[in-house]
Amino acid sequence: MQHGKYRFIVGFLVVPLALYAIFVIWPFVQSIYYSFTDWTGLSPDFKMVGFDNYSRMLDDPIFWKSLQHSVLLVLLLPLVTLGLALFFAFMLNVGGRRRKNATVAGVRGSSFYKIAYFFPQVLSIVIVALLFQFAFNPTSGMLNSTLKAVGLRSLQPDWLGDPNLALYCVMVVLIWSTVGFFVVLFSAGMASIPKDFYEAALLDGADRVTTFFKITLPLLWDTVQSGWVYMGILALGVEAFTAVQVMTVGPGGPDYSTTILPLYVYQTAFRDAQAGYATTIGVGLLIVTMLFAGIVMRLGRRERLEF
Amino acid sequence: MKVTETPPAVPSPRSPVTKKDTPAGEPAKATEGTVLNVFSHGMLVIWAVLVVMPLLWAVMASFKTDDAILSTPWSLPDRLHFENWSRAWTQAHMSDYFLNTILVVGGSLIGTLLLGSMAAYVLARFDFPGNRFIYFLFIGGMSFPIILALVPLFFVMNNMGLLNSVHGLILVYIAYSLPFTVFFLTSFFRTLPTSIAEAAMLDGASHTRTFFQVMLPMAKPGLISVGIFNFLGQWNQYMLPTVLNTDPDGKVLSQGLVELATSQGYKGDWSGLFAGLVMAMLPVLAAYIVFQRQVVAGLTAGALK
Repeated sequence: MQHGKYRFIVGFLVVPLALYAIFVIWPFVQSIYYSFTDWTGLSPDFKMVGFDNYSRMLDDPIFWKSLQHSVLLVLLLPLVTLGLALFFAFMLNVGGRRRKNATVAGVRGSSFYKIAYFFPQVLSIVIVALLFQFAFNPTSGMLNSTLKAVGLRSLQPDWLGDPNLALYCVMVVLIWSTVGFFVVLFSAGMASIPKDFYEAALLDGADRVTTFFKITLPLLWDTVQSGWVYMGILALGVEAFTAVQVMTVGPGGPDYSTTILPLYVYQTAFRDAQAGYATTIGVGLLIVTMLFAGIVMRLGRRERLEF
Repeated sequence: MKVTETPPAVPSPRSPVTKKDTPAGEPAKATEGTVLNVFSHGMLVIWAVLVVMPLLWAVMASFKTDDAILSTPWSLPDRLHFENWSRAWTQAHMSDYFLNTILVVGGSLIGTLLLGSMAAYVLARFDFPGNRFIYFLFIGGMSFPIILALVPLFFVMNNMGLLNSVHGLILVYIAYSLPFTVFFLTSFFRTLPTSIAEAAMLDGASHTRTFFQVMLPMAKPGLISVGIFNFLGQWNQYMLPTVLNTDPDGKVLSQGLVELATSQGYKGDWSGLFAGLVMAMLPVLAAYIVFQRQVVAGLTAGALK
């Protein structure tokens, strides 16, 4: 029996673990090692250069630009997305007209809104980015032709071509595609808050704004916090990379105004053939990600409310 | 509050006379509830329009001529130009991209669910030295930036001769889907009752047989949730194939669309581009509408726990 058990355990674990080790763990370990080498990626020869790559990174103006943009994304994206999502979710669940025998009610058609809002979440970020790239087209895009149609002929921004606007255009796309997910997530959380709490608050004469900040938000805090981490990782990860890579000129342009850390890693490795230096920037990205998660966890720590 | 900002909630007035009437009538019975209700409903409608409009616009554009898209972007198509769709399907290789994606995602989805549930079952149900270590090794992969591993991964694949191949891409997709799958299914297997598995063992079934014939069928709801999650993630995957799969004949859908945007952009074939985009959107849209409840449950499951 015992013998059979261990054979079974090994038999079931060996394939998944091997795949995971070869394609995930091993490259991660290697990337830390390569960040101390001058490897180009093209030739098999390379030598250890100690912390040269790291000091080069600290002197690299494009690295600092990428870092600055990534930090901006990490600060703004969760704030706007979660703020909008909380507002919409609150409206859907509690914002409705008070009916007889019900202290709180959602607006009419709330399930329709949830279905519509959630839809961008299932679409590929590539499709969304391509669609908005055309919407932002300065001569014939949806936005500028609407501006023309309502008489604002003089106001024709260059959107993705304007270094001051381009990064915000990318942000709009990421916000547009993720708000619905959090509306649904927060709605589920709000639905599980007992109605008595709202009743008691209303009896005490609290209005809806007070109700939101004193009851809904504290009871939802855990979900908001994990949403915050999720959005931050998204802003530092694949989704932000894809949006910038697909939408912007360059990509990363104009004039490095939209370059972000993951994009800079990718370009350094596969365009500039500096694999060693690229992994160094990747380690920088890893540090930023871990700092962010640590800060959110620390700031967000509160007394857990049981209900 | 801001009654003036809420025209969408008010039934759209045709003449200016009725427009004047509505705001005047409002404050008379303006309890806090009504104003807030109108305001909140207005905001909800605005966001719904913002979400739906670009998608409807793309569908409309895919049936128009290039001239019409550029000169009258908001008008309806004069007739349904289906030739845009056939041009995108054949000349722009959308059919190849679809086929490649179905192959890759089909293979990786089956592999992910099989290997993920095997590992999760063992980790959830058996005590052995190193169990915790392996578990945390798996779930640690959820929080690391993939881009960091991507550079060495390219050369690992290159050395193994797996670059630009369907099976290579499948193996990588499976490996990168395992962390979440193992995390999700381990907690799912823990919630299943142990008594049925024990009964099967007493009847002489082996561990392997118990897993495949008793535990897997019981885990079906969890497998569906995590399956939907992985299907969407793998179907929409862009970064991994961009780096690991650069062969023009083997491109998957998301790469193909970017390719399409570049090539049709040069030709000025906007209608073909939108036909391709809508074509890529349709299967996901259909699946979402049919399995709406399961999709939402599957995608939010990870964030709630």
